[in-house]
Parts: sequence; structure tokens; C-alpha cells
Amino acid sequence: MWTQFLHISMNNTDKLATAFAEALTIPKETITEELAYQSIPEWDSVTHMILISQLEDAFEIAIETDDVIDMSSVAKAKEILSKYNVVF
Amino acid sequence: MLLKDKLALITGSTQGIGYAIAKLFASNGSHLILLARNLEKLQQQKALLEQQFNVRVHVFQTDVSNPDEVKKTFDIITQNKLLLDVVVNNAGIMVDAPLLMLKPEMLHNNINVNLYGSFYVTQAAVKSLIRNKGGSIINLTSIIGKNGSAGQSAYAASKSGVIGFTTSLSKELAPLNIRVNAIAPGFIETQMVASINEKAREKTLANIGMKRAGTPEDVAKVALFLASDLSAYVTGQVIGVDGGMII
Repeated sequence: MWTQFLHISMNNTDKLATAFAEALTIPKETITEELAYQSIPEWDSVTHMILISQLEDAFEIAIETDDVIDMSSVAKAKEILSKYNVVF
Repeated sequence: MLLKDKLALITGSTQGIGYAIAKLFASNGSHLILLARNLEKLQQQKALLEQQFNVRVHVFQTDVSNPDEVKKTFDIITQNKLLLDVVVNNAGIMVDAPLLMLKPEMLHNNINVNLYGSFYVTQAAVKSLIRNKGGSIINLTSIIGKNGSAGQSAYAASKSGVIGFTTSLSKELAPLNIRVNAIAPGFIETQMVASINEKAREKTLANIGMKRAGTPEDVAKVALFLASDLSAYVTGQVIGVDGGMII
């Protein structure tokens, strides 16, 4: 059970990093929990829209408008995705 | 076949301009997602288009002015992994009254369907277009939204809003390879103008350079142009389809 949870968790962490890296076109290694919206030129209002689409695609969810607005960092993204039953 | 294997979503598809757009898109190879309030008409339209043009047609009974209904429809579209290429915000109503006779609900109805409806649908659809790495959004405004018309201030305000929505969104979405344009029809032979009396009709026709009313097909052809790669470098435009009408 714990092994299965860990497997899901690892996969979702990887999926999250991949979604961020692809949406912002930055190396996966640079994705940290602290990375924040508009803290780097690559994460602007345009790429934020791409990010939301990538996350919806990766986790097969539909993100509410309030959550799109609130998604201000990688850490916050994890917190928000948890509401959609994504386990990290 | 300008739209071969594309997927286009059209609101208000069961009559008039929306119906003509759906038919012309299907005849050009596009699969369709059709939204309207009348399920029976939608199902008839689906059967007809699928049989006639050998395309897939998905229909959803949806009131675009109701954000919850729009959300439910797009949840199904997303679950079925239907990626959109084209969105046509066509659903519209025209409730006319001089200013002092304009009841709040008449104003709200115009704005809710014509303007808010376009917002709700586009907001829900844009993520699909982003996933598809681009696309075309076509909003139906009106010559009245551009020039105004006595006794139609509420309708004009809603359609002017559509123009502002279009031009702003074209700037916002251009970096994502999503084009946003509007069509501004003039006097088109649809149910919307069927109640106009003969005298008013003659007066209107006298103000049209080409001396005839337009047809829904006249508008659909411009929608086809905007949906297809023929307009690959066109965005933020409001194209009049009015036969040289003066208001």
C-alpha cells in the first residue's frame, strides 16, 4: 500500500515538474517549490495559460478560475492540485 | 475542403447564421460540436449533417448565458479529449426597446446571451485551443454594435462589447497562435429580423448599397475564411458582411 502510494506520489511529482518545464520552457532541474509566478521572465501571463492547460492535460482535471488565479508558485500548485485528488 | 478533419464548436447552431455556418463547415470536412437550447433541433441537425457530409457531430443542449451549463458541457468535451480548432460564438438574441421602455430584464437578456455567453464559452474553450497549439475564435457582432441604431441601445451595447472582447482577446491570445476575429453582419434574412414590417424593411433595404438583404450563407462564407488557414495571418479584425449598409 505504502509502496503504491509512493509510486503515485513520485509519478505525480514528475508529471508536475514536466508540465512546468514544458509550459515555461525551462529545464526540469530548475523547477523548485519556491519558483513563483512572474519571478522569472518565462513565467508570465501567457505561459501561465499554457501551464494550466498542461496541468489539466497531465492530471485529467478541469481547474477552476479561482485556482488559476491562486496558482502563484509550484508549492501552491501542489496544494491546489491536492484539491483535485492529485496525491504528491 | 478547407477544414478537413478540424473540429469546430458553434453556439446557437440550430437556426439562421449558426445553422448556415455549421452546414458550410461540415461541407468543408469539419467535425462539429454544436451548442443550442433546443435539443430536438440539435438532434435533427446532427442526423442531417452526419448523413450528408460524413462528419462527426456532437450536440449539447446548453444555454450559453448560464456559466454552470457551459462548464458542464465543457467538462464532457474535455473528458472525451475533443481538441478544438475553431470556436464560433454565434448564439445571440435581439431584444429591442427605446431607452425609457427598456426593462432591466431586457437589458440583462441582451448582455447575458450576446456578451457574457461569448465570455463563458471562450474561457472554457481556450484551454483546448492552447492544448492544440493554436486555433481560431470567431465572434458574431453586428453592424449595430459598430454604428448604433435608434431603439436598439441594449442590443448595440452587447454587440459593441463583443467587439471590445474580440480586439482585446486577439492581443492576449496572439502569442499562443490563437486568432480572434469578429463578423459584423448587416441586415440578414433570419428569424431575428422576420418580424420587421414591410415599410421598415423597404426603408432598411434602401440603405443597403447592394439593395438586397444578406443571407446566412453570405455570413457563413466569411466565417469559413476566418476559420481556415486562408486567414492564417488575420487577427483582431471586425469584418462587416452588410452589402454596403449605412446606418
